[in-house]
This record gives sequence, structure tokens and C-alpha cells, in this order.
Amino acid sequence: MSSQRSADGIHELARHVVSLARADEQVEVYAARGRSTTVRVHAGQVESIRSGDSTGVGIRVVRAGRQGFASAGTLDREIAFETLDEARSNAALAEPDDDVGLVEPDGVGFPELELFSPDLLTLTDETRINNALLVEHIVLGLDPRIDGVRVAAFSDAWGEASIVSTQGVDVWSKGGSCSVSVAPLAREGDDTQIGSGVHAVRSPLDIDIEFAANDGVERALSMLGATKPESGRVAALFDARVSASLMGIVAGTLSGDRVNRGRSPFGDRLGEIIASPLLTIVDDPTDGSSLAADIHDGEGLAARRNVLIDAGQLDRFLYHSESARRAGTSSTGSAVRGSRSTPAVGVLSLVVGPGSTPNAELVSSVGEGVLVEAVNGLHSGVNAISGDISVGVRGRMIRNGQLAEPIREATMATTLQRMLLDITAVGSEVEVLPGGVRSVPMVVDSVSLSGK
Amino acid sequence: MLDRDLVEAAIAVGLSGGADFAEVFVEDRQSVSAFLDDGRVEELTSGRDRGAGIRVISGETTGYAHTADLSAEGLRHAAAAAAAVSRSSSNPETVVLAPSEPGGTTVVTYPETVPKATKVAMLRTADDAARAASNSISQASARYSDGRRKILIANSEGVWATDDQVRTLFSVSCVASGDTGMQTGRESIGHTMGFELFDEFDVADLAERVAKRATTKLAAKPSPSGELPVVIKRGGGGVLFHEACGHGLEADLISKGASVFKDRVGEQVANPDITLIDDGTMAREWGHFSYDDEGHAASRNTLIENGVLTDYMWDHIRARTQGRGSSGNGRRQSYQHLPMVRMTNTYVLNGREDPDEIIAQTPYGVYVAQLGGGQVNTATGDFVFGMLEAYLIEDGKITEPLREGNLIGNGPKVLHDIDALGNDFEMGHPGMCGKDGQGVPVGDGQPTLRVSRLTVGGTAA
Repeated sequence: MSSQRSADGIHELARHVVSLARADEQVEVYAARGRSTTVRVHAGQVESIRSGDSTGVGIRVVRAGRQGFASAGTLDREIAFETLDEARSNAALAEPDDDVGLVEPDGVGFPELELFSPDLLTLTDETRINNALLVEHIVLGLDPRIDGVRVAAFSDAWGEASIVSTQGVDVWSKGGSCSVSVAPLAREGDDTQIGSGVHAVRSPLDIDIEFAANDGVERALSMLGATKPESGRVAALFDARVSASLMGIVAGTLSGDRVNRGRSPFGDRLGEIIASPLLTIVDDPTDGSSLAADIHDGEGLAARRNVLIDAGQLDRFLYHSESARRAGTSSTGSAVRGSRSTPAVGVLSLVVGPGSTPNAELVSSVGEGVLVEAVNGLHSGVNAISGDISVGVRGRMIRNGQLAEPIREATMATTLQRMLLDITAVGSEVEVLPGGVRSVPMVVDSVSLSGK
Repeated sequence: MLDRDLVEAAIAVGLSGGADFAEVFVEDRQSVSAFLDDGRVEELTSGRDRGAGIRVISGETTGYAHTADLSAEGLRHAAAAAAAVSRSSSNPETVVLAPSEPGGTTVVTYPETVPKATKVAMLRTADDAARAASNSISQASARYSDGRRKILIANSEGVWATDDQVRTLFSVSCVASGDTGMQTGRESIGHTMGFELFDEFDVADLAERVAKRATTKLAAKPSPSGELPVVIKRGGGGVLFHEACGHGLEADLISKGASVFKDRVGEQVANPDITLIDDGTMAREWGHFSYDDEGHAASRNTLIENGVLTDYMWDHIRARTQGRGSSGNGRRQSYQHLPMVRMTNTYVLNGREDPDEIIAQTPYGVYVAQLGGGQVNTATGDFVFGMLEAYLIEDGKITEPLREGNLIGNGPKVLHDIDALGNDFEMGHPGMCGKDGQGVPVGDGQPTLRVSRLTVGGTAA
């Protein structure tokens, strides 16, 4: 396997620890190092400047089908050696299984991506402070109903990671990003609403402070005067962010690991139609324009494009090495991890859509229903095994094909299975969300809206 | 954990730019976790993290720098970075650190003294018990974890505090499969204590309970939707108060006008039967500690007394601007994070009613035996949380099980809408509270209670 440019330090450490592997064991070392800085301002004053380095090494040992893992938050050599011994002793206590083992390189080429902008290194505290103060200043001037912000912040971070194993994996990558964010408070009478706006990019030269300010203010103002809606079954238009959240959960259920363990509602549906033909969902970490792009997965295989749902048909499940072996297939390069845990199966960079309806025509296509602009309680309100969904929603009613009054303190309920089949329109213009997910608004015909 | 002279030197560097306050926080954390799934002990993992965070406050501005390098050089470098927020120069006076009584001495059996094989064996016990409890169980998983967190906090006001926090946790999840699809159950037992946890709690009982819960839900029907009376079982719904008003009583949110409870101290904010406490001193509970992450001793604070708002929760920095003391609520996820106002163990004291009577006097509604996680928008007070185990109440009796759904409400309104409070107080399950990207362990508790109207987010008409 070809190695990316090697860095002194983490990559050398990872190679060194792997060289200590005994003849009858597989060893994998994930070593990472990064630096982050966050400046928060409030009311024209700097509230805090936080910075620091984080380091970590995670070591996996597999011997006779038994896996053990240990991690340490340092790159100290002596501690790395102790961590290897700890992983060995942990492996001895696991129960053996033939499918357990490290990934074997599969020859797939690595995407050529530049994930690190050297411009990040030119940032000074003064620039960070000015950016954070500027977003707060712009927000406060946009509308008389904006009378404060909960927080305005500028953050930047970069990091590098190496994965080396006895099976021939030897990769290194580096990435970074920066963002400006603001949470404006809008007030009218006794009513207070909070919004949030973010703009995140790889290079600080591309940061769009006005975009974050406008987005945050718009979200805060749009909720002023919101009331609880009547209960009933309605058509729902999800904005791109809400589509991304819900379709992200759908993509999560397509983890081969969940399927193997009987925990996916779609586990026995491969090749079948599980969604409206309007829906396509792809995991594509190879598009460098997304902040979620990656060169390799968490086990060091090349990142690759995987189509999950193709025009409504369930096309594939995602696998890492162990889950693939268990299912009798090969890894899709879908291992996700940090230095403190073993790899799990996950989506690297979600793409929802595009469909065929111009985004601007979606509201009128709904006629009567609700525009859902925010969902909350996702962690407690979605059961990815049974498929039940019940989440808090905010947004606006749609009446006569027009946006009407804002609503809050309501819930929306359906199931993942039903929601996918109920999609009646998908927007054609893809929006890139702050984390790098690309998504479109979509219409789901009939959810239970619960309010009064 | 770190020599006094190193800490004093770092504080001196922190103050060298003329700052008002400097603090050194050192953390050494060790954890072990063992996981069984799909009938097999899959993995044991151990983790170790050490590092320091140095905080410097100059006027209204805080500088913070963290490092995993605990050498004199590493600490000096971090202290200088944190001190960059203060621009003037001065020759600070020497800080005299006054050690307080070390915290965290109640552990009977430190988990690291227990063989890993013993921990692994409990997973097997739980798996066997879950599968034996019901033929419908198609999948079970169990996790054992323990963590020991030693901290040292020293600051320019002379504080020198150490704490040794040991937490032990065991969780079971089950999937039951039937004609109606799959349903799930899960529950954790966890306390701020050592391995003696398992002298009191039986993991087989826990697994059996979880398996039965998942199996019962196979017969569940869709939850109703709309506003209904909701009765919440003792110990199953402390999260209601955590979300409905706890977050809104955190002084950092108050000071930014991002809470519906701003300027309301002294007002009747709840039914007069409600007394709400936040209590970091509550030994053994999940949110317990001896010292908070700013070196303040844990404290029992009354937030609402007989329905009247009495106080907010405070950390060092918010208390300082008000010229008062911290309430011992300054917490942080790790040495890489700035402390902020956080809850500890948050609970509502007993009322007077018989819990059976509360149900009997509810003609139609929902009985929630266990709430799941929640979320609140503190600016509006709107909150949402999931029902992990719920039943219909018909004619004053608990009848059919309900499928999962969310409850949604508004904090200030719900506090007034609690119209029955039982006399059967119990603490609930261990929780992890997230705020601004930081997670900390918290506990909650309450007696059986009824909310006259909450919006239930089901699919049934």
C-alpha cells in the first residue's frame, strides 16, 4: 500500500510500535495529533480564548481471534509500549472468533485530496477575535428585534493521523478547518427565540461571516410569535438540514455491523425497493469540496464512493473489515474511529439527493402542511432498531401553497420505514451544510404532527 | 499528582501579565470497559489520559491552554499561552496554596484491584439471564465500565484541592423480535463508587428486567398524540426537571439573557408542592464529587422551595461577577475544556400523595415508567424527551404498553402544571448531560408525579 507523505513523530511512532509485534499477533496503531483554538466573544468583549494540543495513540492487538484494545492520550514512547502490553492483556480475555482480525489492504487507490490549508497556520489571535467580534456586530445591526447573542465564536483546528498495521496498512493524512458561529437572541414582547448560524471552511480566506450572521438572524426571527399547532396528519417539507439529520439516521441503519447483529430494520431488504424512487443516498468522502471528505477510512483503506439507496432501491450496506468478514463480503472502506476506540462502521460523508423538483417550488407543491426547519430530541426520539421516530419540531405551517405562521412545541412522528416510502418530492439544488454533508429539502406526505 | 513547586510556578507565569486570577487543573483518568454482544465477549479496552489545563482571567477575558505535557516546560508553555490575554506586566505576589482535605475516600474496592476476568464474567451472567428471561430476545448486549478520575485544582486565591472520583457502570440492551417487528429495552446501573456496586446490585436481575421490557413492547400499540395527562413513575423522570428548568437555572445562561428564568428569583415559578434541589454531596450518586472542577466543595443547593425560585447555580466566574460564592457547580469534561455551570444530582423532594392514588385518579392518560434522554431550548423553555417505557392509563388503571415516542412541553408551564406529587421518592438512572459540546455525569430523581397536560408525540389519532 502506498504511503502518503510521512510526518516525523506520529508516523514514526506508529511504525515503531507495529515493529514490536510478535509473530503470532496482528497489531494496528492509530496515532493522532492536533491543535485547536476557539475564541468566544460576548457584548463586544473577548470572553475566552482556549487553545491546546491533543494527542493520542490507540493500539489494537488480535491474537488467535481475540481482540484487545488500549489507548493513551499521549505520544510518549514508553507509554505507547505500555499501551501495547495493555492491549495484549486485554486480548487474552476476549472470546475468540474467526471473523475478528485487522483489515487487509485491498489495492483500491487513494483519492487525491488536499484537506489541509496552510492558511490555517497564519491565523493569529487578533484575526480570530476580529472575526468573532465582526459576526456579533453584524448580527446586532441586522434587525431591531435582535437584542443580543448568546455566543459568537471563531474556531480553527487541524490534525494529522497515522494508521500502521502488521497487515501492510501504512497511511498518514492531515486535515483542518475553521468556522465562525453565532447564536442570536431575538425578542418581541415576552417572546425570546434563539437562532444559530455557522460557516465552516478549510481556509480562513474563504470564511463568509455575513452568511453566518444572516443565517443565524433569519432562524431566530422566523420563530418569533411561534405557537403550538393543531394535531393531525399533515404533509411535511423538511429543509436540507432536517433531511440530512433524518437521512443520516437512515444511512446509519444500513451499517453492515447492525445488519449482522439483527439490529437494522432494513437488514433483510438488500436489493429491494425501500424508498420512493425519488430518493438517492450516497456516502461520498472522495469529493474534496466537502469538509467531511477523507483520503482513507479508520482502518486505513482508501475512502470510496458508496451508493446506499439508488432511486429507492437498497443498493448496499456499509462494512468495515470485521463486519465484512462476518457477512462474507469485503470492506466498503467505512470504518470510522478516533484514537480512543476501535473502528465502528459509519458514514463518512453523506450526500442526500439531488431530486428533480426545483427547491423554490417545494412549498407550493405541498399546498397544505408544515415546513420543518429544526428537529430536536433525535437521540431519544429515534429508535434505529424498531424504526420509530418521534421528534420535537419547529418550523412554519404551509397554507394554500404559501409559508404561514411559525410553530413550536410540537412533535412529529412516523417510522423510518414509512417515511422513506412517503417521499413525494425531492429538491434539485444541493446545499452544503456546515459539517460537509450535502443535502436537499424533501417532501414527506403524511406525518403525525402533535400539538394542541 | 504534581509537585507543589511546579504548580506554583505555573500559577506565577499565569499571573505575570497582570491577570486577576490563575488556575491549574490537572487530571489523570483511567478507564476499563468490557463489551459483550451477539453472545460473545467481543472486546476489552483500557484508556489512560493525563493532562493539565491552565486558566487565566484578566478583567472579563479568560485565557485557557491545555497540554498533555506535564513537565515544567510543558506547564510553563501552557501558562504563558493562557496568560496572553493579559497585556500589562506586573510582579505578582507569591501565591500561598492551602491544601484542603483530600476528596473521594469512600471507595471500598478500587476497580483496578479486581481481575479483568471477574468483570468479563459478569457480562456472561447478564447475557445468559437476558436470553433465559424470554424466548423473544433476539439480541442482547452488555457493557461493564469503570473509571477513576483524579484531579488537582490550585489557584491564585490559595485553593489546593484534590479529588479522586471512581465511577462504576453496567448496562444491558436487548432486542425482542416478533410478528410486529423489533423492540428494544435498555437500562444502566451506575454509581460513584467502586466495585462494591455489585454487592448491592445483581446484573442478572438487571438483564431480566431489560429483556422483559423489550418483550412487553412487542405488544405495544402506537402512542396517542396531542395533549394528555402524564403520570411519571418515581425515579423514572428526574430528567423532566433537568430539562424543564435545570438548564434554565444555570447562571451562565441567565447572565446572557438566554433563559426564561432570568430575573425571576423570589417568584412563584412552580406548584407550591415542588422543592427542587441540586446536590453534589449526595454520596454514591452518579453526579457526586467531593470537589467540583474549580476546587469548590460540593454543595446541596435549593433551587426552588415550595414553588418559589430561590437561587441559580453558579461557577467561579459567574459568582465572581456577582460578588458571591460559587455553589460548587463548576464542572468540565476534561482538562481540555473550560469549566462552566453544570448540574450534579438534581431532584424533587417528596410530596404527600399515595402514588397508586395518583394513577387511580387519572381517567385517561399516559403512564411513563422510564423517560429517556431529553433536550431543551433554554431561551424558550421548550423541551423534549423520549419515553423508553410507557403505558396507557384508562379509567384509573395502567393498561396497554405503548410504543416509543417523545413528550414535548414548556419548562415554566410544566412546573405549574404538576398537579400531583407522590411520597415515594427515588433516584433515577445514571445520565450524561451534554452542554456546549461537553459531557459530564449527572443524576436525577423524583417521586411519582402527574403533569396535567403534556404533548405526547405518538402516531395514533
